Amino acid sequence: MAKERKEKIASLEAFQEKIDRDEKIEPKDSMPEAYRKTLIRQIGQHAHSEVVGMLPEGNWITRAPTLRRKLSLLAKVQDEAGHGLYLYCAAETLGKSRMEMNQELLSGKAKYSSIFNYPTPTWADIGAIGWLVDGAAIMNQIPLCRCSYGPYARAMIRICKEESFHQRQGYEIMLTLARGTKAQKEMAQRALNRWWWPSVMMFGPSDADSPNTENSVKWKIKRYTNDELRQKFVDAIVPQAEKIGLTVPDKDLKWDKKRNNGQGGYAYGEINWDEFWRVVRGDGPMNNERISAKQKAWNEGSWVRAAAHAHALKKQTALQAAE
Amino acid sequence: MKSNMADMVFEGLLRIADDNLILGHRTSEWCGHAPTLEEDLALPNIALDLIGHAQTLYCLACEINSRYKNEDQLAFLRLEHEYKNLLLVEQENGDFGNTVLRLFYFSTFMKYFWERVKIKCCFKKLKEFSEKAFLETSYHSKYASQWVVTLGDGTDESNLKMSNAIANLEPFLGELFNNDDFTEMCSQNDFLPEPTSIFDSWKNEVKAILQKGNLDFPDIILKKRGGRKGEHSEAFGYLLSDLQYMQRAYPNSSW
Repeated sequence: MAKERKEKIASLEAFQEKIDRDEKIEPKDSMPEAYRKTLIRQIGQHAHSEVVGMLPEGNWITRAPTLRRKLSLLAKVQDEAGHGLYLYCAAETLGKSRMEMNQELLSGKAKYSSIFNYPTPTWADIGAIGWLVDGAAIMNQIPLCRCSYGPYARAMIRICKEESFHQRQGYEIMLTLARGTKAQKEMAQRALNRWWWPSVMMFGPSDADSPNTENSVKWKIKRYTNDELRQKFVDAIVPQAEKIGLTVPDKDLKWDKKRNNGQGGYAYGEINWDEFWRVVRGDGPMNNERISAKQKAWNEGSWVRAAAHAHALKKQTALQAAE
Repeated sequence: MKSNMADMVFEGLLRIADDNLILGHRTSEWCGHAPTLEEDLALPNIALDLIGHAQTLYCLACEINSRYKNEDQLAFLRLEHEYKNLLLVEQENGDFGNTVLRLFYFSTFMKYFWERVKIKCCFKKLKEFSEKAFLETSYHSKYASQWVVTLGDGTDESNLKMSNAIANLEPFLGELFNNDDFTEMCSQNDFLPEPTSIFDSWKNEVKAILQKGNLDFPDIILKKRGGRKGEHSEAFGYLLSDLQYMQRAYPNSSW
């Protein structure tokens, strides 16, 4: 037993040394089970978020106000389906099938970003999602381009490029609305009011309540803590809002020169963690609708997938017979 | 351009643009609800092409007719009877099989349509555009044909669903190939090919694909029509209320 334990410790140490040398971990390399599990959970959740995220935005494709906006939105949701596809592939390299991950999404076992459990009642919500939600996603994801797990890091490079384009698009929608008629400006402000706090919550629980952070930082899956990223986000967005004449809905927001190690940053009000956990646990405004929509699509498509499977088998049999 | 020529070009562009816009709209309704993630990617991608074609064509139409100041005015601010799309493209999607079968019918038609425009068209800008449109519609036709074969051949259930889709869409196919005074004028002026001139190529290809999927080729006789004259189905009003919502609710705004 002692020998086995020693070997395990030695292998963990070797793994950590490899990480410390900034070498990438590739699918066939040995890795601690906890590292594998953490990554499967994280990449899976990320993939699910891309796929579920298509719903609130897809909601506005048929009603987009101009052809140009309609085309951009279509291109954007298509990008998201693409992100979902290659993230599922990245997770599959760790030994979990896409089918299994999909079942966990549909059964409610797997989580996705809670932000997509909020509704998009107006066109301005499409702007707010691009600007804030994709903005927050980028804060989270840019460090992931240097993540220790090779396939995830490589997938993130492309995803970040596209997300950054989406964010600029979203901000441009908000800018146009803010410079528009009174009704448009009000629509933009109301959307900012709706999306601000959920976006701030996107970085997850504060560091003190984030059990997964320590290992993830040690393994270079995560490079910054939730609160560090949240601070970067607030610091980036507040001046952008000011520039287009919109008001961030936080009465406690003020410049604090002590933040960011004395370089200064915005102090923000208290986050409603009760709401955060309520939505995570399934009681958000749209949790049921999102999962029901995915379940409905999956169930109604079962005959299509069965036919594709049967057709592929027939083709294979015919091919074998010909050989 | 002389005014009667300009009227002809405007109307011709409008017909094709409306077909593309409306089918693009229907196709985009699938976003997030498709049977697989790959299809969730493919269908918005195709919708993007179709609506992109409509956008280009509306822009060309605006250059011809100064009554319309931009492509959005044409796409969003006409009344129901002013849309000239085929009844086929405005029908509700139905199931995935019905959706891909309609896409197959339409994109195969458009593939041969653009192929002819590429060879002969008096309107230079459209002739130039047809290069790109031909390539894209060829891809749509190929994509849809693969699904038609897969679903036709797959299981008893999928074969039955595809047979139902064939029956469901059959009444709308006649209009696709219906020549009228306008199409004859377009053809005589070397502007657009006559729909009947496309029929044989279309029929050969569609028949071969349906056969591969163990499906019967439908009877093509003129049954339901009216789209080209602006007489639409009940479902079309709902589509327009969706499409036009923002422009109607917030008039004279920039987006």
